Amino acid sequence: MSDPFLIGDCMTGGYGKGPDILHECTIAVEKGEIAVIVGPNGAGKSTAMKAVFGMLDVRQGAVRLQGQDITKLSPQDRVLKGMGFVPQTHNIFTSMTVEENLEMGAFIRTDDFRPTMEQVYDLFPILRDKRNQPAGELSGGQRQQVAVGRALMTKPSVLMLDEPTAGVSPIVMDELFDRIIEVARTGISILMVEQNARQALEIADKGYVLVQGRNAFTGTGQDLLADAEVRKSFLGG
Amino acid sequence: MDFLNALVVLANFVVIPGIAYGSQLALGALGVTLVYGVLRFSNFAHGDTMAFGTMVVVLVTWWMQSVGISFGPLPTALLALPVGIAATAVLMIGTDRMVYRFYRQKKAEPVVYLIVSLGVMFIMAGLVRFIIGPNDQSFSDGERFIIKVRDFKQMTGLDEGLAIKTTQGITVVTAIVVVAVLFWFLNNTRTGKSMRAFSDNEDLALLSGINPERVVLYTWLIVAALATIAGTLYGLDKSFKPFVYFQLLLPIFAAAIVGGLGNPLGAIAGGFVIAFSEVTVTYAWKKVITYVVPDAWAPEGLVQLLSTEYKFAVSFVILVIVLLIKPTGLFKGKAL
Repeated sequence: MSDPFLIGDCMTGGYGKGPDILHECTIAVEKGEIAVIVGPNGAGKSTAMKAVFGMLDVRQGAVRLQGQDITKLSPQDRVLKGMGFVPQTHNIFTSMTVEENLEMGAFIRTDDFRPTMEQVYDLFPILRDKRNQPAGELSGGQRQQVAVGRALMTKPSVLMLDEPTAGVSPIVMDELFDRIIEVARTGISILMVEQNARQALEIADKGYVLVQGRNAFTGTGQDLLADAEVRKSFLGG
Repeated sequence: MDFLNALVVLANFVVIPGIAYGSQLALGALGVTLVYGVLRFSNFAHGDTMAFGTMVVVLVTWWMQSVGISFGPLPTALLALPVGIAATAVLMIGTDRMVYRFYRQKKAEPVVYLIVSLGVMFIMAGLVRFIIGPNDQSFSDGERFIIKVRDFKQMTGLDEGLAIKTTQGITVVTAIVVVAVLFWFLNNTRTGKSMRAFSDNEDLALLSGINPERVVLYTWLIVAALATIAGTLYGLDKSFKPFVYFQLLLPIFAAAIVGGLGNPLGAIAGGFVIAFSEVTVTYAWKKVITYVVPDAWAPEGLVQLLSTEYKFAVSFVILVIVLLIKPTGLFKGKAL
């Protein structure tokens, strides 16, 4: 069996010297697909994603990107390897303009990043209109677009989103999901943590239901939506 | 009643000195605010950093004077300025490598940094006094005035005279140039933007691949330049005495906090707020009022709200008022 594009394989670990939060948790995403991590509050969803991104100690198990073991790399080094990460909060430079946010996203690039910026503006046309406005003055949904756009500026091969729709209205949420599908179609793998489990699983190629830091259910988005037990315990019937 | 003469007196004793002093405070406060914005602590060593930079400039100026190098009508100190900046930059980066980096790696609390900067302050103060001594030093040369009182009276035919010292002119011009260059740098260069990004959101800056050590390095270089320039301008305008530079810490911090710590625009505004408050409150208004009101109303006293010895109280009072009413300062603080 060949490895998926990115896999956090049987990860066990926690923050600093603290107790283990994840227990043999496995999260993977294939090229150009969308994988979604859902689960109840405190299930370790965000922690699982941060583990994949190297923001906590993975004491057992491994993280592999394109078959290469990256378990020991720092988050910054993983960015260089082509991983983009959008934190849940504080994910934009509020005092800087939209365009400067995108420029900072491209900080590690030495080539011409104008084409990528144009692609981001094509994906999020509202950002083109507001390019010279401080990002902190934008609405919640627009901020998330800036945050995703910033992460896309590194031309990542996998984009990790921590609750991208937290605190935005349902209409904006649908719109954001549409954009995320568009990003995935360009060949970028998406790994996403979501509170809105039902909507997220609808667009997911692969879904992971975590409970207390363990894989509870794993399957395609549709399978999980159809699964009676998953519906009963996590999707409200 | 004679408004024109009143205006001239006001300009001569309040406006011009206020602008010059305000520029010096603004440059000092910019240094403090940059350290706060990027390194996230209040650098109490800033006053003595200014003293160190100025001391080097003074020493180099003396050497230049002794070998006969001069800058024509301008003070020789301006020629010595680059040497002073370079020396201060070496000192700043050395201090960072030997002291601050240790605490950065330990992710120390801001209050720990603050105490550490106090220690650095004592070391620097000792260093300066060891090398040049605690006394007043004069190093100003060149033309003393741009406009002399007598010339002004002859030109305008007014009773009151107006003098603009060369050092005041140089202070204002230099401050404008330095501020313009600094803002251009912060807003238009990759390094400047990365400094703002780091100040705005450190974690995201790291995720974007911005190297924190580089940002810190550039910050200290800029702070060294700002401190040396501010100190030299102040020294040319008044005189160089290490203890006075330590005392400048209060109005400088007041300026930075009034404007909003971490906000460069605020630091400049704060500098002028503090400077003009100090000058207007400690100025004896008798002459101005006498010109403006009818003769019978002319005041008998000096109409001086506070004697000049108490000028530091002004900074203190403004600081307390701002912290009580608007703790984030006039401009919103905490990001470059």
